Amino acid sequence: MNAVDISDLNVWFGKGRDRVDAVRNVSLTLAQGGSLGLVGESGSGKSTILRALTGLAPSWTGQMTVAGKTLGRRRTRTFYQTVQMVFQDPYASLHPRHSIDQVLSETLTLHGYRDIEPRIEKLLADVGLGPSYRFRYPHQLSGGQRQRVAIARALAPEPAILLLDEPTSALDVSVQAEILNLLTDIRAERDLSYMMVSHDLAVVGHMCERIAVMQNGEIVETMSVEDMRAMRMTHPYSKHLLSASMGLPTDEALSDL
Amino acid sequence: MTDQVSQSGWRAWLTTDTPTSRRQAKLSSWYHGWLAFRGNTMAMFGLGILVFLILIAIFAPLIAPHDPLAQDLGNRLKPLGESGHFLGTDSLGRDILSRLIYGARITLYIVILVALIAPVVGLFIGTVAGYTGGIIDATLMRITDIFLAFPRLVLALAFVAALGAGIENAVLAIALTAWPPYARIARAETLTIRNSDYISAVRLQGAGPLRIITKHIWPLCLSSLIVRITLDMAGIILAAAGLGFLGMGAQPPTPEWGAMISEGRRFILDHWWVATMPGLAIFTVSLAFNLLGDGLRDVLDPKDGGS
Repeated sequence: MNAVDISDLNVWFGKGRDRVDAVRNVSLTLAQGGSLGLVGESGSGKSTILRALTGLAPSWTGQMTVAGKTLGRRRTRTFYQTVQMVFQDPYASLHPRHSIDQVLSETLTLHGYRDIEPRIEKLLADVGLGPSYRFRYPHQLSGGQRQRVAIARALAPEPAILLLDEPTSALDVSVQAEILNLLTDIRAERDLSYMMVSHDLAVVGHMCERIAVMQNGEIVETMSVEDMRAMRMTHPYSKHLLSASMGLPTDEALSDL
Repeated sequence: MTDQVSQSGWRAWLTTDTPTSRRQAKLSSWYHGWLAFRGNTMAMFGLGILVFLILIAIFAPLIAPHDPLAQDLGNRLKPLGESGHFLGTDSLGRDILSRLIYGARITLYIVILVALIAPVVGLFIGTVAGYTGGIIDATLMRITDIFLAFPRLVLALAFVAALGAGIENAVLAIALTAWPPYARIARAETLTIRNSDYISAVRLQGAGPLRIITKHIWPLCLSSLIVRITLDMAGIILAAAGLGFLGMGAQPPTPEWGAMISEGRRFILDHWWVATMPGLAIFTVSLAFNLLGDGLRDVLDPKDGGS
């Protein structure tokens, strides 16, 4: 059984003449315990797939199956105990007036846990924050620390699948590495399945086993990370993306100029 | 010496970047707000006047030199300072200072009641409209528009005329006319908040709309509403005084400031102090609320992330 199965997903925003088709006929699978990276340029619809999956994008058609259950229009609490998401910008994903303690205890309460105190301490330890951070407000934390809090919040309901929406793109390079290592460790410890969105091929290559390349709302190619490393790709856009990330000009890019 | 040590200990405890308990974190953020507020001289001046007003209202029976309702027709319209009446007497020989002191109670009563009703109604309607959107939003906002379309005092007059004169009805009428701007502000704030990542994040924890509105959106709307309330206070006092002046608010012999001006109007050329003293009182309190509101706006600005 796959962790996530998506077939013929279409997502759009607006209606009538303002309609924008963000995702078109996308089908993908995330194996149980596997990790899938979605790469592509800005506006290619990568994040929209995650938002549709979590119920944050209202208008979609197609079929989405998570852990064997087909998703309807509304997400249940059980769904949110299976799937959690880490947002791109840790400066925007924490409530400015809620302390870390409030964020985590509210999350735990919503998921029906009783033993909140030990769980908060455990979550903070798991993401590498000491107990001294517990009662701080987001403005008293650095970007990397905030992202750790966001990860702790996503881990609170003990999900099986973690959706990562460019979790490091708002952080500077040294902190990026720390967060990526943390995510790798957590995945190994908890046997999670990851679906990760990024425009950074190096990040995705580090984190994921399979990679889907998106362009204009469509998946143009899916490959394994070994294929990517060996540059065994067929679609010209994938080649273009990879060479761009390695800083090599392709024939195509040169002819574009 | 020990005093100094314990004082600096308290300060360090309050200003620490690493609070160790929920209580300390809360108190610490309040203390930081207070420090920012204290730096604003004009706002502190406004706060000082208001604290003074509250103390006067509480201790009115102890402070007032005379009975505010005791008439003495032989001593009517005495000028300032004459025969033991510091601010003179009105047309029925009542001591104006005592009436002003007791009037502070009525003014505070009106202000507090309106401040409890109008912003709460506005906050509720505005956040619900902003968060749910669609047809609910349209309906609630058109109702708000209808209320906004009338001049406040005229609408309040209509309400009082329907409900009957009196302080309670005046308060109700003012509150009913004061909520639409709060609803507008709350809705505008909600629209900027509702699509932010932290609201999405709590939705992913399975939180319902009620929890999101009350626990996540209200705290962020509150600061701009508090600022707006303090700035509106002057207008509310003036509206209450206006209703009193028109005979629709507090009824004689209640020493309401607006009603006092209305009474003094008849002798304003010969006995100027009868109308001027309550006018100065209204002016001072309105000014105090405005200064306080300006200061609070600097402290409570939600955009600075609560720092």
